[in-house]
Amino acid sequence: MANKQVSAEHFVAPFDENSVLGVDAVREESEPSNLWLDAWRDMRRRPMFYISGILILLVIFVAIFPGLFTAEPPNDNCLLVNSNGGPAPGHPLGFTRQGCDIFSRIVHGTSTSLSVGLLVIAMTTILGILIGAIAGFYGRWIDAVLSRMGDIFFAIPYILAAVVIMSVFSHYRSVIVISLAIGIFAWPSTARVLRAEVLRVKNSDFVMASTAIGVSRTRILWRHVMPNSIAPVIVITTMSLAAAIVAEATLSFLGVGLPSTFMSWGNDISQAQSDIRTNPMALIWPSLALSITVLAFIMMGEVIRDALDPKARATR
Amino acid sequence: MFGYIVRRLLQAIPVFLGTTLLIYYMVFAMPGDPIVALFGDKAVNPAVLEQLRARYHLDQPFIVQYLIYIGGILRGDFGTSFSGQPVGTILAQTFPVTIRLATLALLFEMIVGVGVGLISGLRKGKFFDASALAVSLIFLSLPIFVIAFVFQFFFAIKLGWAKPTVSGEAGWGELILPAIVLATISIAYIIRLTRASVIETADQDFVRTAYSKGLSRRRVIQVHILRNSLIPVVTFLAVDFGVLLVGATVTEGIFNVPGVGRTLYQAIIRGEGPTVVSFVTVMVLIYLVVNLLTDLLYAALDPRIRYGK
Repeated sequence: MANKQVSAEHFVAPFDENSVLGVDAVREESEPSNLWLDAWRDMRRRPMFYISGILILLVIFVAIFPGLFTAEPPNDNCLLVNSNGGPAPGHPLGFTRQGCDIFSRIVHGTSTSLSVGLLVIAMTTILGILIGAIAGFYGRWIDAVLSRMGDIFFAIPYILAAVVIMSVFSHYRSVIVISLAIGIFAWPSTARVLRAEVLRVKNSDFVMASTAIGVSRTRILWRHVMPNSIAPVIVITTMSLAAAIVAEATLSFLGVGLPSTFMSWGNDISQAQSDIRTNPMALIWPSLALSITVLAFIMMGEVIRDALDPKARATR
Repeated sequence: MFGYIVRRLLQAIPVFLGTTLLIYYMVFAMPGDPIVALFGDKAVNPAVLEQLRARYHLDQPFIVQYLIYIGGILRGDFGTSFSGQPVGTILAQTFPVTIRLATLALLFEMIVGVGVGLISGLRKGKFFDASALAVSLIFLSLPIFVIAFVFQFFFAIKLGWAKPTVSGEAGWGELILPAIVLATISIAYIIRLTRASVIETADQDFVRTAYSKGLSRRRVIQVHILRNSLIPVVTFLAVDFGVLLVGATVTEGIFNVPGVGRTLYQAIIRGEGPTVVSFVTVMVLIYLVVNLLTDLLYAALDPRIRYGK
């Protein structure tokens, strides 16, 4: 509770001990510090950083080298004899309805989720940074036009919009198309966050100083304003990666995502739902893989946010 | 204040037109001829096709179709679905169901989310707080269909406390389980929001003043901390109610709830242009109105915020 005792002598600072010069002096021997260095130090003190970091590295590793984790081909070795079978030697998680090895399908589905996530954040970050920065920095009618444009894409629920786009491109379903369908309606959140931050930063004294010594507007925006407004974008990007992975799974689950022959956790969950009474594990395992991956990115996002926002540290 | 509302309403017009044009264009681009699809495998007389095309204005260019459509909306005519039912009727049937579902979900969010968040914030760092944070983090990372399946499997199939799917009437009692599923992710978020807000408020000078003038802890919490820390929570709840009203495609699909989300999803899959566009149009209208109301609510709750300068 906030009832700290304030002792009386603190109201009048003892003058001889705290000279004015002493307050203003810069300690030459202390290491120089900035927001990023502070954030990095803060992050390394938290166990959540290591847990989520190791999980994310593991997911990336599995996505790049699936063959190291399972020798079983995910699609070619499916025998209907094994349909909905339980764990067997060499098949630790059992079989799907089609008799495919669940573990192998999960391992090979990792790269799908990760590539959709990365493609979506590449898109939201590029669009969001360009539009958010320009809207916030130049203001006036440019801001009005770009902000209304963002509102248009923001007003349509993005899963529904993606369902419509995926129906339009029903013959060309691929990782790229699904990433475009998710990303094109997901960028306004990044743009909004950055715009608000740019609006805050552009009135700072150092921006005024740069203007006064004749630095061009474009240079001020990209060299002075952006580096000081990018922190919240990093946080929202980590969170969007998690959201994009969920969105891909949701679309595949709804039947408008990747083709069913594609290795994807959403497809696995979708195909297992009809057997939920007899073989619930076929649904639980891919769901678990999905949730742990998402959890890792959300945790990483929280650690970064706490590290970059000193105010959030107080509520931790 | 009045000027602010007028300006916001004027700003909403281009957003409304842009959104409807965008969704109309996307639906227009959907593959397949809906008129031919209407007849299934049967052979169709070309003259009948022509007549049907003319009736639904499908023979006109895209922009003319859009203008005819928007003109109809402004006169309160939402068009006709390809099965011959007025879209207005379908809206009138499905929206009450979604409103019931959204209200129940909001109720759970308020009781569980705010309650747990408040206790968590007041006991920062204690066992309850740590476990609430951990559980909410796990729920934040679970996709809604996983939560839906797990809840359906345990509470409806294993334990038999509820029916696994909802009947056509979709009464209040049947909607409790889907509403809980729908509320879980928001609850996790509200717990964190309330907690952070309570911790921040508890550190404010006016709380210290309240304690030092001798008020009881109970009264300080009720009058000073709770009321002030609920401002961001209330605005989040308002936005979330708008999101819930727009319908939950996945949850409604899994529990077979005949609401807006499921109807819209089926319409998209069938390529029913008029139904899709009308539903999305109504959703966007709700979104715009709820957004405006939320900003006004924010100003009403927090006297430091003033609009209309």
